[in-house]
Amino acid sequence: MVHLLVSVKQVPDTTNIRIDPETGSLIRKGVPAILNPYDAHAVAAAATWKRKLGGKLTVITMGPAAAEEALQECVEMGADRAVLISDRKFAGSDTLATSYVLGEAIRKIHQEDPLDVIFFGKQAIDGDTAQVGPGAAVRLDMPLVTYVVEIQEINKEQGYALFVRKTESGREVIRTSLPAVITAEKSIAEIPYASLPDLITSLRYQPEFWTAHEPLAYDQAQIGLKGSPTWVAQSGTPEAHEPAETISVEEFGVQASVDRALKDMLADKSVASLWKEIK
Amino acid sequence: MTRRFWVFIEQNKGVMHPVGAELLGVARRLANEISDELADSGEQAVVEGILVGCEVDHIAQEAIQYGAERVYVVDDPGFEHYLNRPYTEALTHLVKKYQPEVFLIGATTLGRDLAGAVATSVKTGLTADCTKLEMGPVRKAQGKYLLATRPAFGGNVIATIVCKDYQPQMATVRPRVFEIPERDEGAAGEVIQEDFQITSDMLAANLVEFIADKNAQFNLEYADVIVSGGKGLGNPQGFELIKELADELGGVVGSSRAAVDGGWIDYEHQVGQTGKHVRPKLYIAAGISGAIQHKVGMQDSDYILAINTDPNAPIFEVADLGVVGDLYQVIPEMLQQLRDQKGAQS
Repeated sequence: MVHLLVSVKQVPDTTNIRIDPETGSLIRKGVPAILNPYDAHAVAAAATWKRKLGGKLTVITMGPAAAEEALQECVEMGADRAVLISDRKFAGSDTLATSYVLGEAIRKIHQEDPLDVIFFGKQAIDGDTAQVGPGAAVRLDMPLVTYVVEIQEINKEQGYALFVRKTESGREVIRTSLPAVITAEKSIAEIPYASLPDLITSLRYQPEFWTAHEPLAYDQAQIGLKGSPTWVAQSGTPEAHEPAETISVEEFGVQASVDRALKDMLADKSVASLWKEIK
Repeated sequence: MTRRFWVFIEQNKGVMHPVGAELLGVARRLANEISDELADSGEQAVVEGILVGCEVDHIAQEAIQYGAERVYVVDDPGFEHYLNRPYTEALTHLVKKYQPEVFLIGATTLGRDLAGAVATSVKTGLTADCTKLEMGPVRKAQGKYLLATRPAFGGNVIATIVCKDYQPQMATVRPRVFEIPERDEGAAGEVIQEDFQITSDMLAANLVEFIADKNAQFNLEYADVIVSGGKGLGNPQGFELIKELADELGGVVGSSRAAVDGGWIDYEHQVGQTGKHVRPKLYIAAGISGAIQHKVGMQDSDYILAINTDPNAPIFEVADLGVVGDLYQVIPEMLQQLRDQKGAQS
């Protein structure tokens, strides 16, 4: 019997974000909040291994009350227990503060019901920092394996697991003692369709609600803005560019259009020198 | 007092990753940006490299040639392969010993794995994937701090992050965001060997097997020519045509995120904020609408040609020239004309 945990985040669907052309600010209204895609794959992997080995899957998230929906989705995929860590005091937490909040929560869960593998998605699509997983591993003083594309083995009896991680030059098989922290690539598991029993369970399921004081008394100096070394000094939208000159195939025909385009392209200084070499 | 601007010198099997050189160039500029403060205080600013590995003295010299005045080296057979824990412990040890003001790390797979752990271990702030770095004033504070600018929310927002009260001010930067500075073969610098012992508890996670990727030679980030395809291809087979044009130009194939998300091509080909940052001499975007997150990753290219059926596609905003038309007409014609030109000359 294993005990697996996945730390997830609810994020705005960044592929659907638009900018108000008048004010240049982000239109958050109407942007759907989704379970961070990498986290969804991590939950799918954890659920698969829980079924294979028998045991329990816990999911946690830190976020606003609405993040409950993300946890519900995890229960649909097979999570047995869900914890929502939510408090206005956490607002403004950067990755260092977030790793403290999640790390302490995971530590408490681990003390009461020992964990074997702790999963994070490799990054969240809103901030794209990929820092919270590694940070949590340091907080928990547990071995870390990032960018995991495959779980080869989880052997609780002998206290080790084999993970395959992807790097620029190839694949590494890492053997780690348990418990360990991993961060997941999407290929770690396909997202399954929810089974009917899990779907029904999820509809009735109410996550546990943790605050900054209960059941854990967080050190107020380490959370929220106060506990965050980094803060946003300025933010805006990317600078707009003037559109390039365009040649219309409809107007000039394909041959003439391409002829003009290639002339312009090959007249460029750096392309010209390159083209000389290619030829 | 010495104000230290640190750069992590990433290496793999005795080969220095170019991002280290790129960041040494940035660190040099940052150090210069506080020269006015130094004149008043009598302090000095130094650019220093941090190098961990096994038999890496030649890389220390390379770092010096790219602008490091001093390189701290942790050299031990135990560091032959990268492992998070020993590297994190070694860097934590060095940071506590020398207390750098700024610490830059390449946002490679290795660098991202390492930076998040080190920043947490020394309890400081870290800003990921910066696209602009400068030393400048911060509201209600004296002196200059690292202003780290990065895209967020899929590139829709550009934010400048500061870390005023903690040191080092850490940042990761993806390869190719900054240019490699000129190499000075005659540069002299100091190499300091650091003593650091790996203990068995640091090896709880260990490498048991490495399977080299046969495509690892494929180097999108440093390619001179990239031909990228997107959803406008209509189907995954469209990448065959993209490949043909890339081959004709001696380049490699890139793609938009949409094509990767759709399962048409591997993630390794993805150009953009969550893919690779590129700055080739020639970038051809075919059937790519130009979502901000794509443009962030390719707008530094020397020459950009965009092909799209939609005259209002945002990709034209970063292009040098646009062709409004069907890529299935335009690219075959381009191939024909390029081959004619080659034939005529040879």
